Amino acid sequence: MKAFINHLSFEFKTGIRNKALLIMNYLLPLGFFLMMGFVMGGIMPEFRSTMIPAMIVFAILSTTFLGIPDPLVNAREKGIFRSYKINGVPAVSILIISILTSMVHCVITAVIIIISAPVLFQADLPVSWLHFSIVFLAMAFACSGLSVLIGVISPNSRASVLWSQLFFIPSNLLGGMMVPYSILPEVAKKAAQILPPTHAMNAFRGLAMGYASDYSPWASISILIAGGVIAFILAIFLFNWDNHNTTKRKFHPLAILALLPYLIGIFVLT
Amino acid sequence: MTEALIDVKSLQKSYGDFTALESINFEVMEGEIFGLLGPNGAGKTTTLESLEGLRAPDSGTMRVAGIDPTRDPYKLKNVIGVQLQSSGLPENITPDEAMKFFCAYHGVTPRFDLLQRLGLGEKRTAQFYELSTGQQRRLAIALAVAHEPTVLFLDEPTAGLDVASRVELHEMMREFRSKGMTIILATHDMAEAEEMSDRVAILLNGRIAATGTPMEITAKGSGLTKVSVRTKHACLTQDDIKLPGESQRLTKDDYLILFSTNISITLSAIIRMIEAEEDTLIDLRVERPTLEDRFLEITKNGEEN
Repeated sequence: MKAFINHLSFEFKTGIRNKALLIMNYLLPLGFFLMMGFVMGGIMPEFRSTMIPAMIVFAILSTTFLGIPDPLVNAREKGIFRSYKINGVPAVSILIISILTSMVHCVITAVIIIISAPVLFQADLPVSWLHFSIVFLAMAFACSGLSVLIGVISPNSRASVLWSQLFFIPSNLLGGMMVPYSILPEVAKKAAQILPPTHAMNAFRGLAMGYASDYSPWASISILIAGGVIAFILAIFLFNWDNHNTTKRKFHPLAILALLPYLIGIFVLT
Repeated sequence: MTEALIDVKSLQKSYGDFTALESINFEVMEGEIFGLLGPNGAGKTTTLESLEGLRAPDSGTMRVAGIDPTRDPYKLKNVIGVQLQSSGLPENITPDEAMKFFCAYHGVTPRFDLLQRLGLGEKRTAQFYELSTGQQRRLAIALAVAHEPTVLFLDEPTAGLDVASRVELHEMMREFRSKGMTIILATHDMAEAEEMSDRVAILLNGRIAATGTPMEITAKGSGLTKVSVRTKHACLTQDDIKLPGESQRLTKDDYLILFSTNISITLSAIIRMIEAEEDTLIDLRVERPTLEDRFLEITKNGEEN
């Protein structure tokens, strides 16, 4: 346990010391929050009603999809995982710690947004902090799980960036943060349901912010948690200590199973 | 040095069509420094990685301090210490944090004294990427020995080190050996291998081409001894002279350089000729074949035991 805490503490510090991670974890989400607050708050006042969850979802996307996969790929390429294996660091610790540290960074960013948004932009606060916390944790876990899985299956940095952007960019466009889910065309709505932010925003609206949800918010939370659990289990199964060992590569297509709860949601949720 | 601490039998490993190891066998005794030599692609890294539990062989058996590295990698971790050729550390970790981190996973008290001893005392809070290559390598060595392993794997430990650090590291290796630690030293530096190793194995194309003490290996070579001689009037450098035992000759910087198959008769002939020609001897050097000479001979001829 002492070793685990030591490892967690070091990884957390890395998220602040490392300039690229500092940008992904704090500067990008907080900078985007300020920009959106000034721009959208002025031209679209109704944005203030969901500004806090929307900006927190963006922060989670930035911290996880932009912050987790590449360091995992780099660590594997540079022989850091080999060194960990020799010294008895379990693979599961490496992955859990990636998820936990990202979630801690997300919590810090979320607190900053929650405190400053009402003061700076008159943003609405959640009506239920308990539900707000549940949705936040489910979203952070779902995105961390997927990001860890991307880091595990990507053979190099280019691939990890590609896979991450496949989630990050559509999430920003269709995830209900800037454009409400309800006004999307039907096809776009179905495509949006494969993305974690759609479910997070639906659950935030229905459970935490006191607005009507587009479909069952508890179904959204279930999908996020199930997606996170499946992604994490797959990441452990597919984890490779170094790039020379290719025995698990044939199983990489299994990673698509992490999207199973979202795909079921497309057919079940209306 | 009585017991085989590392025992490798018929170890075989292929990557697709490429055979990295072709049924190699060797033993390393307790308390021994064992040099693993070979050109790039000879199979050194695969051998080391198999022993370190990083790579599963296709066939054959291995024991490191009685542990099968493939079956018990987590049991192995407290028995071995590994200094990897690549850094193996995150770029933002400090030497202090790395020491705490690895010692915590080994369940031992951090050995900050080792950082001091290896000249990292003033860099304990610097981030890994801020350290020089030599400092990074010394940190890797400090981390490898912090839990006092039974077997220490060193992969090119002195590459990038300055002379003083190299001497200090050699001193430490001797100290570890005197405490009973067994060391596997993979190196391209033949002088280092010859100076430090009790025994060496030369790997070539996935097979062990030679094994034994550095002296035994050099003795099995062509047996040519190098003689460099310089006289005042260069009486030995005439082309029509061929001395007894002489195999080949060349001249360089007023020196006659001879390779002799029988050093005693060649030296006697040199002295006799200098006296007969009333010349004066200025310098005479005799050098036995080095491990490097023998290594080059083996890698060129693909010679086997």
